[in-house]
Amino acid sequence: MELFITFIQLFDMTIRLSAPLLLACLAGLYSERAGVFDIGLEGKMLAGAFAAGAVATWFGSAPLALAAAVVVSIALSLVHGFASITHRGNQIVSGVAINFIAAGTTVILGQAWFHQGGRTPSLPNSARFTPINLPGAEAVRDVPILGPIYFELISGHSILVYLAFLLVPFTWWVLFRTRFGLRLRAVGENPAAVDTAGISVSWLRYRAVICCGLLCGVAGAYLAAAQGAGFVKDMTAGKGYIALAALIFAKWRPVQAMYACLLFGFLDALGIRLQGQPLPLIGEVPVQLMQALPYVLTIILLAGFIGKAIPPKAGGVAYVKER
Amino acid sequence: MSQPFAKLPAWADYGLLPLINLVVAFLVAGLVVLLVGESPIDAAILMVKGAFGSGDGVGYTLYYATNFIFTGLCVAIAFHCGLFNIGGEGQAYIGGLGAALVGLSLGDVLPWWLAFPLAIAASAIAGALWALIPAWLQAKRGSHVVITTIMFNFIAASIMVSIVVNFLRPANVQAPETRVFGEGGQLPGLGWLLNGIGLDMRSAPLNISFLLALLAAFLVWVLIWRTKLGYEIRTMGFSPKAARYAGIGEMRIIIIAMLISGALAGMMALNPVMGAQHRLQLDFVAGAGFVGIAVALMGRSHPFGIVLAAILFGMLYQGGAEIAFDMPNISRDMIVIIQGLVILFAGALEHMFRPTLQRIFHAFGPKATPIQPNAAAPGRQ
Repeated sequence: MELFITFIQLFDMTIRLSAPLLLACLAGLYSERAGVFDIGLEGKMLAGAFAAGAVATWFGSAPLALAAAVVVSIALSLVHGFASITHRGNQIVSGVAINFIAAGTTVILGQAWFHQGGRTPSLPNSARFTPINLPGAEAVRDVPILGPIYFELISGHSILVYLAFLLVPFTWWVLFRTRFGLRLRAVGENPAAVDTAGISVSWLRYRAVICCGLLCGVAGAYLAAAQGAGFVKDMTAGKGYIALAALIFAKWRPVQAMYACLLFGFLDALGIRLQGQPLPLIGEVPVQLMQALPYVLTIILLAGFIGKAIPPKAGGVAYVKER
Repeated sequence: MSQPFAKLPAWADYGLLPLINLVVAFLVAGLVVLLVGESPIDAAILMVKGAFGSGDGVGYTLYYATNFIFTGLCVAIAFHCGLFNIGGEGQAYIGGLGAALVGLSLGDVLPWWLAFPLAIAASAIAGALWALIPAWLQAKRGSHVVITTIMFNFIAASIMVSIVVNFLRPANVQAPETRVFGEGGQLPGLGWLLNGIGLDMRSAPLNISFLLALLAAFLVWVLIWRTKLGYEIRTMGFSPKAARYAGIGEMRIIIIAMLISGALAGMMALNPVMGAQHRLQLDFVAGAGFVGIAVALMGRSHPFGIVLAAILFGMLYQGGAEIAFDMPNISRDMIVIIQGLVILFAGALEHMFRPTLQRIFHAFGPKATPIQPNAAAPGRQ
């Protein structure tokens, strides 16, 4: 029974840690499916987290913090769009630039405004997205097996976690069952065909990039105002890149993206859980190994040992109308 | 957007346009300085003073510049091949392992001028090997080198922590670092050089690897513009299809270019590890690999431009440290913003001012020649 509870707690932590990955991963999915590579997930998330932390400190309101995070993140994604869609600049270079601008600006502004070494003040619960207890969670708590599963695992997360997981079927529906989604995928595979059909490639890609900014903003707000209580310097700590790895791992598909994020979230949770605890037979698992595992797995995938990841065909290429 | 009509004269293409991009980047950075309530002009003056106002200032500026020359060349070689090696950070980190192994094992036995060439080779090989798998994946599987090198940066960081903490750290030391190298593992400083031209350098860690960096820049120039291999690399960068038709082995060139790129990044480690700290510390690269991206874009992938851009960034690093004393709101993270803005305006938005400039030149110049694609841009995605 104790082992069972341990596992429930582990999975619970997995869900918490996967949520921001999932949001960022889906963000990248919209953008990359439309043919705009986005290395800048990390930066947008970080900027969003800072905006959320700052606004929540000033106004004490979690929804406002979320809105601020989304606005800032979309603004950055528009910079990315302006550079890579309008001016046909290199998408990778633009994304890298956004990561640096976000990393530097959040620290400088954080230090200048809050004087706490780049962090924002600790948020009270009233300014955060607090855990929600689903109906009946308390009542079924003592039911064996199912009770703890419902109480610990499914109930008791912040609204943004539920949002993240609901976005998976929603994204699937948008991409594969709506006209917008069809065009979005088409513009990532063969923009010339979309152009021939009389649809603006630029506008479509801009919309995709805005979707990406929106979700990155939510991911940032989750980090600063739900999982954490305030912004901390470099708080994304590579999550944007892990999300990118998950996106490749999922071969640019929404449901698989969820599995990939859960896997990487689980590895993260396991790493935290196993810290300083020797396993039977294996001995103590080095933390560094656990941290590097998502990247190593992605490399192995890319090397072709676990299927083949084929990116959208027109990804990374600016569209030039033929004349 | 209307297609531009006139080709820009070379001085405008290689001088004016980058300058405009740079100025815009610094203007936006100035806005950030204003936003935190300091004067951008005062900050600029403080920065230049801190970087060039004293012998030690110059020494530190050139010390940082040494790192950036290496990483800038690393990014540039890959750019010429149409690849974006974002993994200079990790390659330099692993390069440090090569340098440290030589410093630890031979530093007590050999004099520095024997240990140095071995350390150069060891760090270059270590850096190159770290670039090999991404190179192979790109060449053989078409996996995007950007993605794989990012992953390899993280993997390098994990590996180095576990190697340094578990194997290289002396038993009685708490800090995650190796022991101090013997005499032979410590590179001689260049104080005499600066003192010879009337500056007074005392504690700055400028060392002989600065000269190595300049030599590397020259050799890269020779390689890219004066050898068959360089021609093949550039052909590959311009048009992989043309290269294929010309019978240039795509796999071979990609792998060679990435190996050279990784080797240059690896050699960067010599400067901090053997030249300054005389031991291997965690995180000694400190973002220099990423600064290399900005340096290469700003120097338009030409070694001469890279040296200039590296000195500029060295100035920003050293000056930035000085500013922090007088303007507590501005820390070294300001450099990260400037770096990002330079990458944005000199890299991703490099074409933004081109049409305007071309229209101006067209209006004032009689000749109308068709334009050519831009040479310095990383061609293939």
